[in-house]
Amino acid sequence: MALDRLFRRRRTRGGGRDVPELWLKCPACEAQIYKKDLEANLMVCPECGYHFRMGVEERVRLLADEGSFEPTTGHVLPEDPLRFRDTEPYAERLARYQEKTGRPDAIYGGTCTVGRVPTMLLAMDYAFAGGSMGSVVGEEIARGAERAAAEGRALVIVAASGGARMQEAALSLMQMAKTTMALDRLWERRLPYVSILTDPTTGGVTASFATLADVILAEPGALIGFAGPRVIKQTIRQDLPEGFQRSEFLLQHGLLDRVVPRSELKATLARILRLLHPEGAQADGA
Amino acid sequence: MALEFEQPILELESRIRELREYAQEKGVDLSDEIALLEHKLERLQKETFANLSRWQRVQLARAPGRPTTLDIVQHVFEDFIELHGDRAFADDPAIVGGLARFRGRSVVVVGHQKGKTTKENIHRNFGMPHPEGYRKAMRMMDLADRFGFPFVSLVDTPGAYPGVSAEERGQAWVIAQSIQRMGRLRVPAVAVILGEGGSGGALAIAVGNRVLIMENAWYSVISPESCAAILWRDAAQAEQAADALKLTAHDLRELGVVDRVIPEPGGGAHRHPERAMQALAEALAEELAELERLTPEELLEDRYRRFRQMGAVREA
Repeated sequence: MALDRLFRRRRTRGGGRDVPELWLKCPACEAQIYKKDLEANLMVCPECGYHFRMGVEERVRLLADEGSFEPTTGHVLPEDPLRFRDTEPYAERLARYQEKTGRPDAIYGGTCTVGRVPTMLLAMDYAFAGGSMGSVVGEEIARGAERAAAEGRALVIVAASGGARMQEAALSLMQMAKTTMALDRLWERRLPYVSILTDPTTGGVTASFATLADVILAEPGALIGFAGPRVIKQTIRQDLPEGFQRSEFLLQHGLLDRVVPRSELKATLARILRLLHPEGAQADGA
Repeated sequence: MALEFEQPILELESRIRELREYAQEKGVDLSDEIALLEHKLERLQKETFANLSRWQRVQLARAPGRPTTLDIVQHVFEDFIELHGDRAFADDPAIVGGLARFRGRSVVVVGHQKGKTTKENIHRNFGMPHPEGYRKAMRMMDLADRFGFPFVSLVDTPGAYPGVSAEERGQAWVIAQSIQRMGRLRVPAVAVILGEGGSGGALAIAVGNRVLIMENAWYSVISPESCAAILWRDAAQAEQAADALKLTAHDLRELGVVDRVIPEPGGGAHRHPERAMQALAEALAEELAELERLTPEELLEDRYRRFRQMGAVREA
């Protein structure tokens, strides 16, 4: 557990490299927002409703019933199977992200209840290598699905990812099949899986487990798609339509069940889980 | 159009041809010279192909003249009948499929289809499917399951098409569904990477109990050019990216991503497509014969285990 301790120490010591900004500018309406106010408002602009990205621990606090969360991730560590090196060796990149986030890879989660329904909750961490899916993310998702199936839990995954992790090449690609196939363990036991797509969710994550849920929710304004807008623009050499690949656009095209503002996310998720998994819901007062 | 590293081989070949013509025309005996050059040619070809760089293999994988899905169904399968359409929106020419006989049994075959000419390639969208293509592939998987026929998929795509229409119709959604559907097949499933195995667009039809790859094919999460454009911010670094991605048949065999490498004849499959297709047929026949001994439940479990153990992690 030496690594665990290392992460914890780094986290509490905090980065001395930058003083946290007290004020932020909303990229949508350009309002100046006091950071404390933004945090108190679930990282949603109080002026225009723009959804900023949210940290994974805050995400778990938002969704899990108070006091119910037990982390299960953090024990699976990444390797560098290809000795991958671009402008920086992958091993060094990994170390940098581990130091920055205090976690071994781009996923955080554990068991909890949501609206009293026993749940396996996983959140992808965009702050770690753009939330990219390598072997660790794939393994945690597969284990999460298998654990949910074994323990009769619902599975909830909050996606935020640029896609598969290039530095693990073909092995990242294989995570798409691995995570997808693990979901079948839930099917067999008739356990619900709800996917929450947040900004951004693209590439190999959208093209695997994230879009195979019984119910797919998305936060407002999130960029969700297969190819990134830059790649599409290069391919078609035209400007993209307004709102292209945003949650509302996808809802219109029949690809999502609902777009849910963050302030209503917990309540909506709890209602869906109770409807899908009534026998799993613990009695009132539990 | 020859690849750069093929030039010396092609030049030698044309010199031999010229000598032969000259000898015939003038009625002189040049057989010693010709034999010498042929020997040299053989050595040169062996040396060149024994030391191919990854980037050179990527170029071979894209060489026009390599066997495509339609070549293969016509040459090594019998009685192929193409079935069209996704029953919802359109027929995607970038993915073809249908029923065929293979060594005494009915099978369902699906594969990406590239063109051989520019005109054909435009029609086939360079082998880059839209969502309709994957929906057609899933229909074919249903057909295989319903009749208990083995499912054979032939992979050759730079990737699924990244365009507005594809996104509007749920490109990511259908790729995910196709991966899931193929994972659920209750019949033997063998995938063969023929040329390019470009990312999710390839994997969507490559969830086989066995995954085979032609010796000069590549398969990865991204093309070397796109990888270079993102990580090096320069698509010209594709050669370096190809090395970093370890995307060749032998690399993938080592990583456990593929089960078997199908050797290509000297000079590559594009120069001897018939022999390459024969080698493919032999390998396919062997793999199918083994898988046909398993029950539907065993096939499901075998495929789950195959993909479940993929990846490189360690426990804290």
